[in-house]
Amino acid sequence: MVKSKTEELPVLWLQGGGCSGCSISLLNSVSPTPRNILVDEIIPGKHLNVRFHPTVMAAAGHAAVAELERTREEAKGAYVLVVEGSVPTAAAGVYAMIGEEQGEEISMHTWVKSLSSDAWAVIAVGTCATFGGIPAGSPNPTGSVGVQEVLSAERIDTPLINVPGCPPHPDWFVGTVAGLLLHGLPKEGDLDEYLRPKAFYGQLIHENCPRRAHFDEGKFAEKLSDPHCLYELGCKGPVTHADCPTRLWNNGVSWCVGSGAPCIGCVEPTFPDVVAPIYEKITDEALPNIGAE
Amino acid sequence: MGKITIDPITRIEGHLKIDAVVEDGEVKEARSSGTLFRGFELILRGRDPRDASQLTQRICGVCPQTHATASVLCLDSAFGISDKITDNGRIMRNLLLGANYIQSHLLHFYHLAALDYVDVTKVAAYEGNNPALKSIKRFISRGALGPFAPRYEGDYRLSDEVDQAATAHYVQALEIRRKAHEMLALFGGKMPHNCATVAGGVTEHPTVDKMTSFLWRLNEIREFIDDVYIPDVVAVAEAYPDYFEIGAGCGNLLAYGVFDLDGTETDYLKRKRLLRSGTVSTDLKLGQVDAFKIAEYVKHSLYEDSSTGRYPGDGETAPQPEKDGAYSWLKAPRYDGKVYEVGPLARMAVNYVAGDSAVQGLVNPVLSHFDAPPSALFSVLGRHAARALECKYVADSMADWVLQLKPQEPVYTDYTMPEEAAGMGLVCGPRGALGHWIRIQDGKIANYQCVVPTTWNASPRDDHGQPGPIEQALVGTSIRDEDNPFEIVRIVRSFDPCLACAVHIITPKGQELGQFRIS
Repeated sequence: MVKSKTEELPVLWLQGGGCSGCSISLLNSVSPTPRNILVDEIIPGKHLNVRFHPTVMAAAGHAAVAELERTREEAKGAYVLVVEGSVPTAAAGVYAMIGEEQGEEISMHTWVKSLSSDAWAVIAVGTCATFGGIPAGSPNPTGSVGVQEVLSAERIDTPLINVPGCPPHPDWFVGTVAGLLLHGLPKEGDLDEYLRPKAFYGQLIHENCPRRAHFDEGKFAEKLSDPHCLYELGCKGPVTHADCPTRLWNNGVSWCVGSGAPCIGCVEPTFPDVVAPIYEKITDEALPNIGAE
Repeated sequence: MGKITIDPITRIEGHLKIDAVVEDGEVKEARSSGTLFRGFELILRGRDPRDASQLTQRICGVCPQTHATASVLCLDSAFGISDKITDNGRIMRNLLLGANYIQSHLLHFYHLAALDYVDVTKVAAYEGNNPALKSIKRFISRGALGPFAPRYEGDYRLSDEVDQAATAHYVQALEIRRKAHEMLALFGGKMPHNCATVAGGVTEHPTVDKMTSFLWRLNEIREFIDDVYIPDVVAVAEAYPDYFEIGAGCGNLLAYGVFDLDGTETDYLKRKRLLRSGTVSTDLKLGQVDAFKIAEYVKHSLYEDSSTGRYPGDGETAPQPEKDGAYSWLKAPRYDGKVYEVGPLARMAVNYVAGDSAVQGLVNPVLSHFDAPPSALFSVLGRHAARALECKYVADSMADWVLQLKPQEPVYTDYTMPEEAAGMGLVCGPRGALGHWIRIQDGKIANYQCVVPTTWNASPRDDHGQPGPIEQALVGTSIRDEDNPFEIVRIVRSFDPCLACAVHIITPKGQELGQFRIS
């Protein structure tokens, strides 16, 4: 093979207790396209070398799993581990198994612990991987947790960036990766208290909502499909940090509130239990400053 | 006798492991096991019933809209409004689900299945001006081939030209499937996982600008289906004709029907639907579906035997992890006690034998092109062909539906939620028949059961020892090279399995698979 002048950044993408929706959302990236992300130099001189991604990769079985070990050995401290889906920890991690070695199945929990230790950086993508998400919803039958909880329990200090959302907007993931490639690991003040990049999660939905004027004027939708503010019908925009109203989704065609439905707060650690019931007004305890009678 | 274990099976949705016992180069026995369990049905208990359509969508990121649809049909029936959904609401739901069908079928053929047939490395010799292929050629020359290598080797049969064209279509299909999601987001807000599909209808209003934008994305996709997708499936079939004879499966097909053309009938199975409900077996005779003949068996599943043979509406989840003779947390759904396959092949076959001239007009030319009888559809290639032709049928129908929307007319029907009720939502997703069942007590979810397509297709043996459809499809297959078992992954992927959906599945660590001890 011709020796490449391109810098290859190995990427390992694990899927645990999730639905693959984060991966599918990334395929919806408009610019860069999935081809740009997988094949091209996403930043001039730098290419993401995606060595393991269960939904995309050609290899299956042992050959696929061997890529995880090979990368850990060859690129120690120099690869990015992306985690999609929760990490089930109950019953020795039995609820999510990925591959086997010498006939023994290996748990997602084991993979996350071992691969994060040797990574340059870890990106938890989606609300399941960041905060546990729906699998961790009461009664959390699988003992699901997010990556951050695994790392702190194991005292692993590899830098972690959380990119929550159910699923995350593709720009949030692509922008996070581009930040790593252009500027290196996040600096002081780049991330919020939940390790989310402030660039995407810095403002409340409510602050930028096009229906905000209705809220301020006290015009509230009485039933779904009404044109006014959805606060009384359960909108979690006032307690949800994301740039959906300005970024818009799927090539900018719409977003949740744009389609007449309340925001369900899917980027927050409180999803899905504290934001429930979805179609009931948030309590004043959840929202001390807004909406008090 | 040897055992081939493929763990994980990649390029499917979710976590699947296949064990196959091979003797004299032929699969004697096969078992499929999912390796992920999240417990959605347990998480749903005690919640507000209306939340089910948002939460169950998150069962699967590839087909959220299928769960959203089954869930809102289920809630509509529980709330007593299943015959009161407005025409706009019904049509919008069809368009949302149809867009999900298109993106799922394209994703399956090009991005999940194609790499078993198409050799991307042939692009290294490409000399033309297609920008995508030029960029892939540069990618290959750099030498880091992930995620396209490693892979199974030794059975790529397409010509260089066809391989290169198919690779270009792989890239093009990424953008086309993205546009299918943009269609969905136009009326649904965002994808994956939309907020606009709710009990009572939808929340979004059709406007002429959105309808036009939807239509022209759809028209671009229809051109791709006609001029690229279907010809590519035919090209693969021409190069791999033996796959018309591989992976027949159980020979029984089941569909609940999908795409309501009329909303006044409260029994979903009797509804006038574009793709109707029915059963077909190898005798090619149409059978009616009776929901009460569906039962889930657990003798070989890790659940207490007392819960076996239950109708899903009365379903119970009573785990018994140490149970002898059980090898899967997937229950075994059966119809009238028999094994049934679900999916595009089932739907197209049901409409074909029911006399749908549009479906016959799509299927017959393909059969005559290959000089094949209808029975050849029970195969790996039959499933791919049925999926592609269905994609065309649905997309073409959507072009009519979008113009039936009436701006200014209501999209949503309000209701009073009952304190006590039961409901059932039956529909078909891209991967097959999907049923949701709910029981509401004190205004909360008391029980919620989902019987999903892959639970049918990847089911384990039932109480009578009958293997599931994928298990049956593998048995008897000749494996040319046990180190590169193309045949197994091609058969499994032809079913388009979705393990995230098969919510019951799990294989405990270190579990000995009974008869699977290697001699």
